[in-house]
Amino acid sequence: MTTAAPAAPRAAVKNRPADIVFKAVSTTAGVLILIALGGVALFLVVQAVPAIIGPIPEEEGANFWAWVWPLTFGTLWSALLAMVMAVPLAVSIALFITHYAPRKLAQFLGYLIDLLAAIPSVIYGLWGIAVLAPFFQPGYIWLAQNLGWLPLFSPPASGTGRTILTASVVLAVMVLPIITALCREIFLQTPRLNEEAALALGATRWEMIKMAVLPHGRSGIIASSILGLGRALGETMAVAMVLASSGVVSLVLIGSQNPSTIAANIALRFPEAHGITVNMLIGSGLVLFAITLLVNAISRWIIAKTTVDGGR
Amino acid sequence: MSKRIEINDLDIYYGDFKAVEGVSVDIEPRAVTAFIGPSGCGKSTVLRSLNRMHEVIAGAWVDGEVLLDGANLYGPGVDPVNVRRQIGMVFQRPNPFPTMTIRENVLAGVLLNNRRMSKSDQDDLVERSLRGANLWNEVKDRLGVPGSGLSGGQQQRLCIARAIAVSPDVLLMDEPCSALDPISTLAIEDLIEELKTEYTIVIVTHNMQQASRVSDKTAFFNIAGTGKPGKLIEFDETAKIFSNPSVQSTEDYVSGRFG
Repeated sequence: MTTAAPAAPRAAVKNRPADIVFKAVSTTAGVLILIALGGVALFLVVQAVPAIIGPIPEEEGANFWAWVWPLTFGTLWSALLAMVMAVPLAVSIALFITHYAPRKLAQFLGYLIDLLAAIPSVIYGLWGIAVLAPFFQPGYIWLAQNLGWLPLFSPPASGTGRTILTASVVLAVMVLPIITALCREIFLQTPRLNEEAALALGATRWEMIKMAVLPHGRSGIIASSILGLGRALGETMAVAMVLASSGVVSLVLIGSQNPSTIAANIALRFPEAHGITVNMLIGSGLVLFAITLLVNAISRWIIAKTTVDGGR
Repeated sequence: MSKRIEINDLDIYYGDFKAVEGVSVDIEPRAVTAFIGPSGCGKSTVLRSLNRMHEVIAGAWVDGEVLLDGANLYGPGVDPVNVRRQIGMVFQRPNPFPTMTIRENVLAGVLLNNRRMSKSDQDDLVERSLRGANLWNEVKDRLGVPGSGLSGGQQQRLCIARAIAVSPDVLLMDEPCSALDPISTLAIEDLIEELKTEYTIVIVTHNMQQASRVSDKTAFFNIAGTGKPGKLIEFDETAKIFSNPSVQSTEDYVSGRFG
């Protein structure tokens, strides 16, 4: 047995079978994700090129960019509206759970939020059509009558309630659990020392949150918002079901003429698409892919800039 | 500025658990009072009960009185937030706010009460507080950098500056040197010596040399066993506690025979 023999100095460490296997498995997994991502990007580019360079059917628009712009606008606009509604609410819920609610209630609320994340988007879509749209519709009429001078609410109001605002509310509800769950984890990790430092200076609970919890959680709030934004940008089913779209570029929140989104448009049109239309839809998918990459890059940059060290 | 604290027959509970029993201490103004004792004997709990900081743990409550110049800190209608504005605290580990600059850290407490402070008043206060904490000369050229970039000892003095910037009546220190090297410890001890001309200081320490160096009076706490409440064993002049204590267990502790 080698263990008993006096060990000679060896150049290389002995490779154990378990190490070799584990290294192979994990390396394969790592390479696989790169291949998958590269394959998707390659597919999108190759399939999109004919639509981008070539002529597209006249009824669709002058060229690919003119055709894809309203969809891009609708995607960004609905996601932005959803974020405006969801982020403040999610941060408030997370603060309530971590710093105000009694422990039992906080746990229950935590489960509830996680449950919200598990609901399939088709269900949200059905809920948006069947409940939310009719519920909001009288409100839209009121808004058009009383705040119609604002570009956001210019009349006529939608008769069905299936507006971009309704779709954004559905989106907001869908991204809420992601942002809330992440913010909750981040707020729980606030160093106790920093919280106590604020309290010992005579800070009220809210002042303590402003001095210790929010600064510590700032980059985490941004990161979780970006994750939520990613979901809102790519959400397909709920938007496709709720939104009555006509492909316009419009800021009006409550009208019957609404911009569509890239993902919803692909889902609605792909089943009957053929020829160049397929390439156009894939091209719009490439645009969505690029937007998502850009959003992620920006968020990484923001997080790197705002992360502070020294918070123990 | 500095006020007297009287603790009268104080019991401290966490829920049903009695952590500290029957503590009565008179803390003199313009003097340093040290709390010593083995781990878990309740000395930090008693210290934190003096500005109601122990209440950050849910279920904590007290029975008894803590009088600050005669006013009961636990009287009905007394807001713990106001108590903490009068009684400052320095913690075991330096805890400057990591996102704030040195200047913002010093002003953090003051700006809670007084949002509309002129720039020049703020500058004066920052300089006065940092001088008071013996830190001004080291940081006067970099008040705009984050406080977390300082050394541990400097951070702790920054925390002291932050605490004295609000002009408290009392300064509580919970093992302020336990995370510091000997040189920084000496700097803090010198500072305590200076601060006691203006403030009532109560310090918890595990370091008995430190207690004998900095304090005028010493309270020795002990615990009979796990799950039993901590008790005040002896409270007297520091010189007497360390040379000729009247209780045997105090002598055993300060002479290093246990604990």
